[in-house]
Amino acid sequence: MIEFELNGETVSSDSAPDTPLLWVIRDELKLKGTKFGCGIAMCGACTVHIDGAATRSCITNIEAVAGRAVTTIEGLATESGKALQDAWVSEQVPQCGYCQSGQIMQAAGLLENNPNPSDEQIVSAMNGNLCRCMAYTRIRKAISTAANGGGA
Amino acid sequence: MVMHTEKMKASVSRRTFLAGSAGVGLVMGVGAMLPGCSREEAVSELASGVASRLFSPTVWFEINAHGGILINIAKAEMGQHVGTALARVIADELGADWDDIEFKHVDTDPKWGYMVTGGSWSVFTSFAMLSQAGAAGRTVLRDAGATLLGVNPEDCEVAMGRVSAGGKEVSFAEIVQKGDISRAFSAEELAALPLMPASERRYVGHDTKAHDIPAKATGAAVYGLDVELPDMVYAHPLIPPTRYGSSINSIDDTAAKDIRGYMQTMVLDDPSEVLQGWAVVIAEDYPSAMKAAAAVNVDWTPGPTANVSEADILNEGAKLAADKASGVLVVNDGDVAQAHASAASTHNATYRTSTVLHFTLEPANAVVEFVDGKCHIHSGNQWQSLILPVLAKSLALEESDIVIHQYYLGGGFGRRLWGDAMIPAALAARTLGRPVKIVFQRPDDSRFDCPRSASVQQFDASFDAEGQLTGIEHAVAAGWPSLSMAAFFMGDAIDGNGKFDPFSINGAEHWYTLPNHRVRAINNDLAQRTFLPGWLRSVGPGWIGWGVESFMDELAEMADEDPIAYRLARLDGAGKNAGKAPEAVGGASRLAAVLEDVRERSGWGRDLPDGEGMGVAICHGQERAMPTWIASVVHVAVDPDSKKVQVKKIWQSIDCGTVVHPDGAMAQAEGAILWGVSLALHEGATFKDGQVSERNLDTYTPLRMADVPELDIRFMESTEFPTGLGEPPLVSIPPAIGNAVYAASGFRARDLPIRLSK
Repeated sequence: MIEFELNGETVSSDSAPDTPLLWVIRDELKLKGTKFGCGIAMCGACTVHIDGAATRSCITNIEAVAGRAVTTIEGLATESGKALQDAWVSEQVPQCGYCQSGQIMQAAGLLENNPNPSDEQIVSAMNGNLCRCMAYTRIRKAISTAANGGGA
Repeated sequence: MVMHTEKMKASVSRRTFLAGSAGVGLVMGVGAMLPGCSREEAVSELASGVASRLFSPTVWFEINAHGGILINIAKAEMGQHVGTALARVIADELGADWDDIEFKHVDTDPKWGYMVTGGSWSVFTSFAMLSQAGAAGRTVLRDAGATLLGVNPEDCEVAMGRVSAGGKEVSFAEIVQKGDISRAFSAEELAALPLMPASERRYVGHDTKAHDIPAKATGAAVYGLDVELPDMVYAHPLIPPTRYGSSINSIDDTAAKDIRGYMQTMVLDDPSEVLQGWAVVIAEDYPSAMKAAAAVNVDWTPGPTANVSEADILNEGAKLAADKASGVLVVNDGDVAQAHASAASTHNATYRTSTVLHFTLEPANAVVEFVDGKCHIHSGNQWQSLILPVLAKSLALEESDIVIHQYYLGGGFGRRLWGDAMIPAALAARTLGRPVKIVFQRPDDSRFDCPRSASVQQFDASFDAEGQLTGIEHAVAAGWPSLSMAAFFMGDAIDGNGKFDPFSINGAEHWYTLPNHRVRAINNDLAQRTFLPGWLRSVGPGWIGWGVESFMDELAEMADEDPIAYRLARLDGAGKNAGKAPEAVGGASRLAAVLEDVRERSGWGRDLPDGEGMGVAICHGQERAMPTWIASVVHVAVDPDSKKVQVKKIWQSIDCGTVVHPDGAMAQAEGAILWGVSLALHEGATFKDGQVSERNLDTYTPLRMADVPELDIRFMESTEFPTGLGEPPLVSIPPAIGNAVYAASGFRARDLPIRLSK
């Protein structure tokens, strides 16, 4: 049995140690906001925070998170995280919306480390997150809006 | 040319509007009433929620005792905020308060009528009907409100959920509570109802927040992949080496038996023959299913296309396009053969596009459960009415025994017009007697995709002794989606000699006036046999526009004319290009107007540094019967060493008539334009050994944020009939990029994706 913290609460899983965290979160612990896209860490739809760092859960085995703190979109509670979610609405970012949990978690990781990123820094941090609807200009703008205290 | 939007609208042509008190609410419906059904019966059935074979409303909405208005949306929500747009149309005419509006995405109960979300049709095909439904609802509420107020209906104003007259007012909620309403309007009465002038609209044309967005910022939005049912097991596909004709010789699951959670491997026998040579791994959880699928060994005899390559498909297309006797006649204006025979000179060019994947970020999935003999399918889908009869055949059930429950779609782009992923889950669920959830891993999703077919177009132009253009013959060869999936959409050749897929030739019947013009649509039979050609965002115009607008630049250069001036001279609105009210009112003159607008806004013709250039292209959207007038200018830089193309800025001017949801429209344009960039420069798959070889993001590489250019998009002010928007902004982007690359580098790109170096 592997124990870890999920959105502030201690949880455990009986799954095999090499089970991807993504499926434990979604199917065992029933938090469906984290999505499955490519399975090889190249789309970012499965992005969660592990000890505060944006991480691809589709290639992270649960044994690697034993004793660590995992945050999903449902548990995103940081000030910058909330500002991002507000900006996502005020800038009307999502289209199909499927990638957006991952986009927001990736952006929240960026703003935790760099509260005032330049456009280049935003692009560099977000380039690994695919948006198939290609809502990229609004994603970039919403991150700037959130960083500048807007969005609410 | 077959106007297939006419077929879409025909199903709602004889509509009746009904309103009836139901319990503590008021129900309003629009639908076709068959002979033998009285208005009283229809109102009663509508109010009781029972649809009969005599009356099947296609759209309805309810007002509850608190004044809340529930609008049922039968269109798929896949990022276009379609529910918001359609509800705005009803809310305006109804005189509702937008804050009272809620809507839900409905299942496939026959009472909703024909269900399809594609072709950029939703607003176009719904606008008139929803406007009339809203206006009829307003009339019902006005009359009932007037009775309660003791005034003449004609003296009442209906707005913001209230009926008022002479300082007195009554809310929709009170009317619903106190009124006993039973009303019916015939098609003629509906058509005679006055619609709101554009200047009085509160919602249509005014910005709002899309209803679906907040849940998509918190992870709460529910997609098909998120569905779970009690006692459910997981299925993982084992996809055969060819789309058609593979058969399973043996299965060895010895290695899988040690995997915890593995249950069995099941061969699927599909009477619909959509699945051929298929098996699925069944497991208690999905990670176990993935592991087991990798451990199971299937010995297949592949079908006859096991060695087909992308080059084979393109070569077949080129051979067909070059054969003047091939294909089906779609346009035959004047006498191209005579023009060619008497030409002083000729010019020909061949344009090609490679295979493109949908790559919806939510992979194919479905959850299926049988309850009391009925098959319940949970899956996001764009064309329920297309797959229901196929499912019925697969399962040997009546269509009425199958219900598809709708969810948000994690991308549609045409992939979910075909609900084939439901079939393996349904077959497995029936065999097991348990709910089954199938999920495709990305490489399997790519292999099972119905991709945009590779295409080959040949243009043959002829000129007189003065170098003036005398005619163009245009031949287009590709795989045809409708041929395999929707034969009822096939159009008849203009000479009665054969049928063609209109979705695969739309765009060739453009709005330029040409002296002689002939278009042949050709089915690439090798493509058709090797894979299932699909509808991918912008469909035919997406590849045909590439050829038409690139070749137009070649002609302009041969004539030594400016590319925009050359186009404008041929957008004279003569003859068939004059356009027809309401949808195509103005015709080619509206195309000329957007072209002039984008010319001015982009600073066309200004000096640029070496290695940079601007290109132009236009399009008329998805089909002549639903023209969306668009012109684009693209500014690129071509690196002289690496030959990498950087798109610096895109200007686009759009005339889609009335813009229902302006910010939603802008979002669709932004996304579609960037799709155009992605298809021009970043996306392309290749068939190898009968299947696509680029199956995940390590080799299939859609546009990322770093390559997004500056966008400057303008919607023309208009109160004309609204046309489609989800796809048209894509169409002119690849040729505008190709033309800009030529201006920047002198390299004439004729293949998509554009590659300046190997």
